[in-house]
Amino acid sequence: MEDIRNVLKNKILVLDGAMGTMIQQYKFTEEDYRGEKFKDFHISVKGNNDMLSITQPKAIKEIHAKYLEAGADIIETNTFSSTTVAMADYEMEDFVYELNFQSAKIAKEVADEFTAKNPDKPRFVAGSIGPTNRTASMSPDVNDPGFRAVTFEDLRKAYKQQAEALIDGGVDVLLVETVFDTLNAKAALFAIEEIKSERNIDIPIMLSGTITDASGRTLSGQTAEAFLISVSHIPLLTVGFNCALGAKQLTPHLEVLAQKSDLKISAHPNAGLPNAFGEYDESPEMMAGQIKEYLDKSLINIIGGCCGTTPAHIKAIADMVKEYKPRMVAKVN
Amino acid sequence: MKTEKKYLKLSGLEPLIITPESNFINVGERTNVAGSRKFLRLIKDEKFDEALAIARDQVDGGAQIIDINMDDGLLDGKEAMVRFMNLIAAEPDIARVPIMIDSSKWEIIEAGLQVAQGKCVVNSISLKEGEAQFIEHAKKIKMYGAAVIVMAFDEVGQADNYKRRIEIAQRSYNILVNIVHFPSEDIIFDLNIFPVATGMDEHKRNAIDFIEATRWVRENLPNASVSGGVSNVSFSFRGNDAVREAMHSVFLYHAIKAGMNIGIVNPTMLEVYDEIPKDLLERVEDVILDRREDATERLLDFAESVISTTKERKVDLSWREKPLQDRITHSLVKGLDEFIVEDVEEARLQADKPIEVIEKNLMIGMNVVGDLFGSGKMFLPQVVKSARVMKRAVAYLLPFIELDKGGLSESNGKILLATVKGDVHDIGKNIVGVVLGCNNYDIVDLGVMVAPEKIIQAAKDQNVDVIGLSGLITPSLDEMVYLAKEMERQNFEVPLLIGGATTSKAHTAVKIDPQYKNAVVHVHDASRAVTVVGDLLDKRKNQKYISDIKADYVKVREGFANRSSKKEFLTLDEARKNKFKIDWNSANIATPNFIGTQVFEDVDLSKLVDYIDWTPFFRTWELAGKFPAILTDEVVGEAASNLFRDAKIMLAKVLDEDLLTAKAVFGIFPANSVEDDIEVYNSESRDSVNVKFVTLRQQLKKKEGIPSSALADFIAPKEKGIQDYVGAFCVSTGFGTAELAAAFEKDHDDYNSIMIKALADRLAEAFAEYLHKKVRTEYWGYANAEKLSNEELIKENYKGIRPAPGYPACPDHTEKWTIWDLLSVKETIGVELTDSLAMWPAASVSGYYFANEQAKYFGLGKIREDQVKDFAVRKNMNLDEAKKWLNPNLADS
Repeated sequence: MEDIRNVLKNKILVLDGAMGTMIQQYKFTEEDYRGEKFKDFHISVKGNNDMLSITQPKAIKEIHAKYLEAGADIIETNTFSSTTVAMADYEMEDFVYELNFQSAKIAKEVADEFTAKNPDKPRFVAGSIGPTNRTASMSPDVNDPGFRAVTFEDLRKAYKQQAEALIDGGVDVLLVETVFDTLNAKAALFAIEEIKSERNIDIPIMLSGTITDASGRTLSGQTAEAFLISVSHIPLLTVGFNCALGAKQLTPHLEVLAQKSDLKISAHPNAGLPNAFGEYDESPEMMAGQIKEYLDKSLINIIGGCCGTTPAHIKAIADMVKEYKPRMVAKVN
Repeated sequence: MKTEKKYLKLSGLEPLIITPESNFINVGERTNVAGSRKFLRLIKDEKFDEALAIARDQVDGGAQIIDINMDDGLLDGKEAMVRFMNLIAAEPDIARVPIMIDSSKWEIIEAGLQVAQGKCVVNSISLKEGEAQFIEHAKKIKMYGAAVIVMAFDEVGQADNYKRRIEIAQRSYNILVNIVHFPSEDIIFDLNIFPVATGMDEHKRNAIDFIEATRWVRENLPNASVSGGVSNVSFSFRGNDAVREAMHSVFLYHAIKAGMNIGIVNPTMLEVYDEIPKDLLERVEDVILDRREDATERLLDFAESVISTTKERKVDLSWREKPLQDRITHSLVKGLDEFIVEDVEEARLQADKPIEVIEKNLMIGMNVVGDLFGSGKMFLPQVVKSARVMKRAVAYLLPFIELDKGGLSESNGKILLATVKGDVHDIGKNIVGVVLGCNNYDIVDLGVMVAPEKIIQAAKDQNVDVIGLSGLITPSLDEMVYLAKEMERQNFEVPLLIGGATTSKAHTAVKIDPQYKNAVVHVHDASRAVTVVGDLLDKRKNQKYISDIKADYVKVREGFANRSSKKEFLTLDEARKNKFKIDWNSANIATPNFIGTQVFEDVDLSKLVDYIDWTPFFRTWELAGKFPAILTDEVVGEAASNLFRDAKIMLAKVLDEDLLTAKAVFGIFPANSVEDDIEVYNSESRDSVNVKFVTLRQQLKKKEGIPSSALADFIAPKEKGIQDYVGAFCVSTGFGTAELAAAFEKDHDDYNSIMIKALADRLAEAFAEYLHKKVRTEYWGYANAEKLSNEELIKENYKGIRPAPGYPACPDHTEKWTIWDLLSVKETIGVELTDSLAMWPAASVSGYYFANEQAKYFGLGKIREDQVKDFAVRKNMNLDEAKKWLNPNLADS
């Protein structure tokens, strides 16, 4: 199969949309989540979406297939929270390897089916590496600003375990995403570099930060450019932003990246901003209309969706990007 | 070799990109325990708030990177680095700049790298321990994503000439770029700045070799930067700042031209290159550039004359030739009032409206003052002088402005300041007023002994934005609590500031903050006041600031609750059994030469001058350091010297013109202790009790063998039948102070108003010391062989003690009533007691005399309810009143 680095030279690739939004539609019960393997697990596990790759693999594969049918070139593994740090909530730290390995394996199976059907449009699997639920450069306790609930070392080890399992399961790319604290991301990148050097492999890395408010900063306070500089030591396939904001609000921050970086750029925004009920109600057409601005401005190389997006959104986007050329990277200093 | 141009990019919360167009990047160096004793002390004492303030000052003052170093034998450097960097991460105004992680220990560097989200600089690595380790560390640094300073150091040693410098730089660079694949733009060389003009021939080329090596690196090692610590170069001229400043400027001028683009420079130790006198410049350049055989000798000779010319510079009036705005700014920055009216008049004639002179000319100057103060380049006494010039200028303009009917421009806010009811101390409050006034706040100063109703009313009438309360004596703390309650009850919303020597963050957090739901902030010193008020009134971010402070105080309260619950107390009976034991049978009790009371009126002040302890005087002006070393302190020495000179001028005036009056009364009486009381008898027959001193006993549980002391323990118990004695005194040098201060204030001279009060306080303490000595050696006479230097006096090396009510050994202020009664203080010398038992005039000291050679000062600490009840009975007071007076010492039950 062709290397994603070559494919990216000539076209804009489409990333899939939300996993959680799709899982919700199945209305799984506690028993469904548990499946056979975890039927006697000692605490409630409903809501632990990542474990469905093991207990409801058919549903997860269905979702992957829907996104691929909609035109996605890259699908993300169902592993956003599959680290020991994030799985501690469900006391499932011991299953982290299996969660990642299985998720990667089933995603790869579906992607390979689609590639076989149409070899001109190779499909790729990105191993999703989320931020965990802890921040390494902020204190969760307002009364003790010097306190940290997680250290670089904790994160490095957790990320290393996740990335190794994802690679073993066959992913083509690692996607470190929804970076709200750059230090967490640096720990993930450190771990991946260790694996690359230990295994002597060169797996591409996508990195995607999250701008959490209108001031244009990450949750941990960095500007887009400072974020970019802080992760510039690692060779990246793409750098970009996802989540938190809708496509429209993300535009100025993508422009900063486009100006300041000679890397390829990705974006997977939410379907608008959440409404009063926490739901995302931007229609596929509305979202595509806003993404058109990225394309007209030649800002991106990879585009997809985050919270609230569905195969319909991805189809609308995929249909549109066919007409556009990818961002050509100018040398910047 | 590729020669693609790449720039060094660093980040904190914000980016820092160093391009050829960037000015020289200055690295803040004060958060370095190896370089700053103050910072080391703060870190050791875990005073992280103050340590953070140093970091913040540096960033505010323009440092673009801050260097953090925790290498000290007595510190856990790794833990300190992590802790401090984590705290910095929570301060967006500091964390916006990149951090330079400075350590000679790899484990500290790595720990620092693991807590920084931004791209840092590692300071430093070198080939000192060989290539293998160099490569290993560089690889790690690359994976963490940091730039690196490489010292010109190899297995053989430190590079000390041109050839070695470029050899090591070249070798380090090749390894980094070709083996480690380290980004070339992330390499910074420190090429070793060494002193010149040391008198040794081998040091002659130290500066020029550095400069030439810098040029070579920048031309031959693509994208690499060059850095260094500049002050080293002038090391031989320590003590001669004029020469050092010139040397730094000359060195930088040439080094920057050669390509040095980063460095550690103390901005206060830098002369403007163009302003170096020609003759000095020539000699300094001869030395730096090694242009003459005899360069060092010539500079040394010249340096001596530079010292003398700096003194003459004071009458240098060349600045009078400059443009008007420069002259006005100069007067404000230098605190010179000689020409300000003349210049302001000239400005007024040029302006369309007189108000513009304030809004434009004067504010431009005051902004310079504010910036210099904010960045630590000016000190408090200098700022107060600037304010004096400003006030004089404004006073001159006011009549014109009124004629013009133009209103005054908008201020940053209106601040009410008051010393609370019962308290007379106002030096700190006045300093806060001046500093805030300088920063364009309107000050409503209600003065001293201000009743709470008056504060509330004035706050409403004047619609103030902030209320600031000050107090020095402990009862004032309760007044502050009361006022906070009143503000809450009357639905105030404005922030409440708390300051003064007796106040503390702990008291504010535990006792005051819970009373008022809006902002309550303890302001540790006057220089913090500006930032605190600025943060409180900044509508964009004050909500966060206030909630942060509230949260911090909650934490302090919790910590306080935890701490006090851990302490163990003795019951009063147990404590009494553990009293301070003196073997009275063998005790040496001197019979006084004099018994009764004695009054001194109009004591010659000049006798007191030698007894002045100057160190607290400098502390009043927020200059830290011991006298006389403070006069030559590298940081505050100049400010301290100028202040000291002004103080001596004022002191001479006070002495010559008899501006202050010193009065005293003291007495020595037969006395014996009865449990914790001291009975003072009318006569040596000891059959009738005149007054009774009620002393308090330590109750905190001590280690085995440590007594629970009370002052009564130092007086022989009645049942022993031994004839013992006690003394009491009150001195004051405050008569005349208020009038003088008022006269200065009327003349818009806050500087001298504060000065006279600070001096009167010092004289009162000196008088107490002087009188104590006379009592020891003459009136009581138990120490007639004593010969102590002033320094030994300050260290309290004498026998016997003179504890004062309201201070740690006897925090009960109501004992002053007893002293006043015993000595007829008010009737004899006219010193009065306020409702809160402050003495008026403020520059007064009162206390007891204990002669026993075993008597020593101690701190009472917290006491328990059982003692308070006992105290109330002994004092004939109801329990609530007793609790009110002893409140600061009550343990939580």
